[in-house]
Amino acid sequence: MGQKTPLYDKHVEAGARIVDFGGWDMPVNYGSQKEEHHAVRQHAGVFDVSHMTIVDLSGERTQPFLRYLLANDVAKITQSGKAMYTCMLNESGGVIDDLIVYFFDAESYRLVVNAATREKDLAWIREHAEPYDVRVSERAELAMLAVQGPKARELAAPVIGEQWRDQALLLKPFTAMYAGDLFVARTGYTGEDGWEIVMPAADAPATWDQLLAAGIVPCGLGARDTLRLEAAMNLYGNDMDANFTPLESGLEWTIAWEPAERAFIGRAALEQQQTADNVRRFVGLVLEGKGVLRGHQRIVVEGVGEGEITSGGFSPTMERSIALARLPAGDYDVAKVDIRGKLLDVRVVKTPFVRNGKIRVEL
Amino acid sequence: MSEMPGDLLYTKEHEWLRREDDGSVTVGITDHAQTALGDLVYVELPEQGMDLDAEGEMAVVESVKAASDVYAPISGTVEAVNETLADDPERINSDPYGDGWIVRIRPADAIDESELMSPDDYQALLDELDA
Repeated sequence: MGQKTPLYDKHVEAGARIVDFGGWDMPVNYGSQKEEHHAVRQHAGVFDVSHMTIVDLSGERTQPFLRYLLANDVAKITQSGKAMYTCMLNESGGVIDDLIVYFFDAESYRLVVNAATREKDLAWIREHAEPYDVRVSERAELAMLAVQGPKARELAAPVIGEQWRDQALLLKPFTAMYAGDLFVARTGYTGEDGWEIVMPAADAPATWDQLLAAGIVPCGLGARDTLRLEAAMNLYGNDMDANFTPLESGLEWTIAWEPAERAFIGRAALEQQQTADNVRRFVGLVLEGKGVLRGHQRIVVEGVGEGEITSGGFSPTMERSIALARLPAGDYDVAKVDIRGKLLDVRVVKTPFVRNGKIRVEL
Repeated sequence: MSEMPGDLLYTKEHEWLRREDDGSVTVGITDHAQTALGDLVYVELPEQGMDLDAEGEMAVVESVKAASDVYAPISGTVEAVNETLADDPERINSDPYGDGWIVRIRPADAIDESELMSPDDYQALLDELDA
């Protein structure tokens, strides 16, 4: 028996198949993963993401601390409520975790980190926060729901108190606000518009009921995975971990190289790697024929070398198999995948595969 | 609660077998198996005429979640495969004991039912898995 979110009983009530996910009993689907996937691309779905870890930071030197801790530069976010995606690196430039940081003011930030890396993250953050005298508070008493899809904000708006509703609907992408007891952010992990809503655990079941009554479809971790794969959003532990740097994980865009004098953990290692000419590529793949690409399948690039799929699956939107893969350096756009001993054709494509309901790669 | 016809034989790997009047055996995966796998997206079928060894890998079914081997419940020769699954693997989800059949096997030897599971035995296995 794993840990349960405040919505566990609601999941069972909705007919969820429960699986273990990083020590948590979570819904993988409520019947059909494909239908849940399509609901998010075409309508609206809700995911319980209460297992994710929310960490609030405060203290006079919070900004300098985060400028040291994170590879992206929090000094770039200056509007209250603005969010930023970043990696937290070790000294070798390996990814300890990826996370979203929200800015409130220079002395107050919120981090949302992965559930599976919670202990390691908290230990690392606390260790480095100490010299900066920054308070680190884990907010385990909060629940979080992600409502995602083209209709998600419109349908979910009634759960927000009337006096904040209009303002919440005007939130720009990657910004957040407090709305009474709620924290509403226009963020997500599906490639669709939507909100992530943080609330006191005790309010979560009633909010869940209200969202379902509004016609929002309950969605499990299965659909969350195929949606994020189509959106080419990395999954920690599959697409990157402490053995790989952001440069090898398709995340160079999250590194703030400027200002050059900002010393962040992992910087020296990244600078050294950046000058190398054999940094592995991190790419999207489409399987040309029938079959399913899966994590750890071997990729063979003729005359160049071999690599591996980091996550793969069947794209319900494209009705084709797609993957993210770490491949040898070089200029090529076709390769072979080893599926049960057969070498099948794959094509290297520019990601995302799907964004805002639209297929973005040529089939 | 999984559906489970009483006129079939089963395996612990969640395949079902139907003994046809002409002596051949039709094989598929059970309702429990398709539910556990979720929406199927691909089926790799054996070649017609291929010889199968009991408990050897015979086909692969892949869902949005995972790939799973399907084992030959008996030794024999592949007499027919369900070609419609190539374009419509979800037939296994919607009708696992009917349109979602996978292969028809011509048994190499007389079938030893003691090597297979009766509906009651299979139900007992499912009850154990649920417990």
